[in-house]
Amino acid sequence: MAQITLSNLAHTYVPGGAHESDFALKTLNHVWEEGGAYALLGPSGCGKTTLLNIISGLIMPSHGRVLFDGVDVTALPAEKRDIAQVFQFPVVYDTMTVRENLAFPLKNRGLAMPDIQARVALIAEMIGLESVLDQRARGLTADAKQKISLARGMVRESVNAILFDEPLTVIDPQLKWELRTQLKSLHREFGHTMIYVTHDQVEALTFADTVVMMHEGRVLQMGTPESLFETPAHTFVGHFIGSPGMNFFDAQIEGCDAMIYGQRIPLGRRYKSLSGRTQVGIRPEYIQFTKEGGLPAVIKHIEDVGRRRIVHAEVAESLVKVSVPDGYSFDTTMDRIRFNPDKINIFVDGWRTEGEAL
Amino acid sequence: MAKTQNNKAWLFVLPVLVLVAFSAVIPLMTVVNYAFNDTFGNNQFFWNGLGWFEEMVRSERLHDALGRQIVFTVIILAIEVPLGIFIALCMPKRGFLASLCLVLMALPLLIPFNVVGTIWQIFCRIDIGLLGRAMSALGVDYNYTSDAFDAWVTLIVMDVWHWTSLVALLCYAGLQSIPSAYYQAARIDQANRWDIFRYIELPKMSGVLLIAILLRFIDSFMIYTEPFVVTGGGPGNSTTFLSIDLVKMAIGQFDLGPAAAFSLMYFLVILLISWVFYSVMVARDAGEEG
Repeated sequence: MAQITLSNLAHTYVPGGAHESDFALKTLNHVWEEGGAYALLGPSGCGKTTLLNIISGLIMPSHGRVLFDGVDVTALPAEKRDIAQVFQFPVVYDTMTVRENLAFPLKNRGLAMPDIQARVALIAEMIGLESVLDQRARGLTADAKQKISLARGMVRESVNAILFDEPLTVIDPQLKWELRTQLKSLHREFGHTMIYVTHDQVEALTFADTVVMMHEGRVLQMGTPESLFETPAHTFVGHFIGSPGMNFFDAQIEGCDAMIYGQRIPLGRRYKSLSGRTQVGIRPEYIQFTKEGGLPAVIKHIEDVGRRRIVHAEVAESLVKVSVPDGYSFDTTMDRIRFNPDKINIFVDGWRTEGEAL
Repeated sequence: MAKTQNNKAWLFVLPVLVLVAFSAVIPLMTVVNYAFNDTFGNNQFFWNGLGWFEEMVRSERLHDALGRQIVFTVIILAIEVPLGIFIALCMPKRGFLASLCLVLMALPLLIPFNVVGTIWQIFCRIDIGLLGRAMSALGVDYNYTSDAFDAWVTLIVMDVWHWTSLVALLCYAGLQSIPSAYYQAARIDQANRWDIFRYIELPKMSGVLLIAILLRFIDSFMIYTEPFVVTGGGPGNSTTFLSIDLVKMAIGQFDLGPAAAFSLMYFLVILLISWVFYSVMVARDAGEEG
């Protein structure tokens, strides 16, 4: 286990690329604490897999350094870094049995046979592979193969970190949930540093203590799932996290009020004069229907998403989504929406700005 | 449930039936006819039962040719398969060099068989051939027209030159289809080069490799043109393989009865071995799907 430090790290796949658009990963400084459970969250092509492969040593970064416990490992190849990695699609050694698959990384590191057997048995039990241990990997289902990949990632006791690259993509939804819980408990039990790449916010928010949100090769925000939800650092984070994402309105900010479509909306904080494009962001969960005050809204349609209902409404020319509990009774006289002032975030040119307390 | 009957549909099958009849069935039945009959000319045939087959099965000449054939096929498979795999592993994976390699490797496969034979026939001649002259100049006692061993070496080298590309290209295609995650996982698992070959590359290309072996087996077991052009089956009978012997018997000596019996048995042997290969491949694929 180790603390992993990324220092001025950046990467371009274009040889000699210097222009900002050449960089798959823009300059970034970050410390992954020992024993943490991290999620790297972002849409496809945002550079999260590149970052993961740089940490594991499969890619040599074009700029900056990677340090494990303060030791520079930038030039060390993957096989020398003592890292475990699980890939998006199952990687199994077809001709080996499941048991041999799990034992393989241990055998290559010269562990004694009894230790290998004990470790393999333990991990197989936790991942749920006991019943197929002596079958050949070739004939198994995609689910089972990915379980083998996961187990092979977990099987080594002393690793600096375990990296997961969207490992549950090919897994059935039901089993997905099970395995995610399993990974979480494995993390609690062994305390490995784990970095989990995903584009699925539910996976990221349930697995990780700290979520690193990436977009277009840049880290937008790093924090607890709660902080990403409540105080997104960038409109993209607000948009990406939550289902549905945050609502945004262009607004003029005047002290502790916002003017939206000519209506005065009270804010929970005071803002100095802001320049640039200013936006008000509010989560669908923090909007209520009301008789007076707020903004006039016309309900367009209502979407049932299980325990909650999503109301799609129109405010002037923009669409707004409001989340109401199941069983909520609509009242036609409640034709305005009110924002919870404490839950309003203000963004300037896309980035969140912190106001002063009232 | 009333079945729709429309006998006109048979008309559509007719062209194919005619084509297959003339291209395969009738010629084959002619051979079968010769195999079971004897004739003293005048197009008069006498039933001979299994006579020709018995004669052929006991024929020392056929035993010798079969023995030579098996030795030849085993030798070229033993050389071309490992060499083809090795070349495929060494070929660059992408870029200009990869394309160049593919073109160069494909070249021998594009040359007509008798041209290959002629090239090597001239190349190896000790009077005017580059290789033959060079060997003589180096003091090597080499002459494929008089020495059986030299003739064999020449034919084997020629076949390896001509056909290793096929094995290499098929294996290369198999290797190219392996996702890079396998190699990355192997690095992280600290697998050595041999392990990567044995546990990743070989299993992943075993399907195409089986096809390559099957093709090389069939082709080499039926080899005719190249040895015929280079050595004509000689010196003596030392490079007379089954096909060459068959043609000698059928067209050289005009022993159509024995030759027909011989070719039927030859055909059945190849069919049998191909069927074994096919069954192995199907069983393997079934195992894959689990």
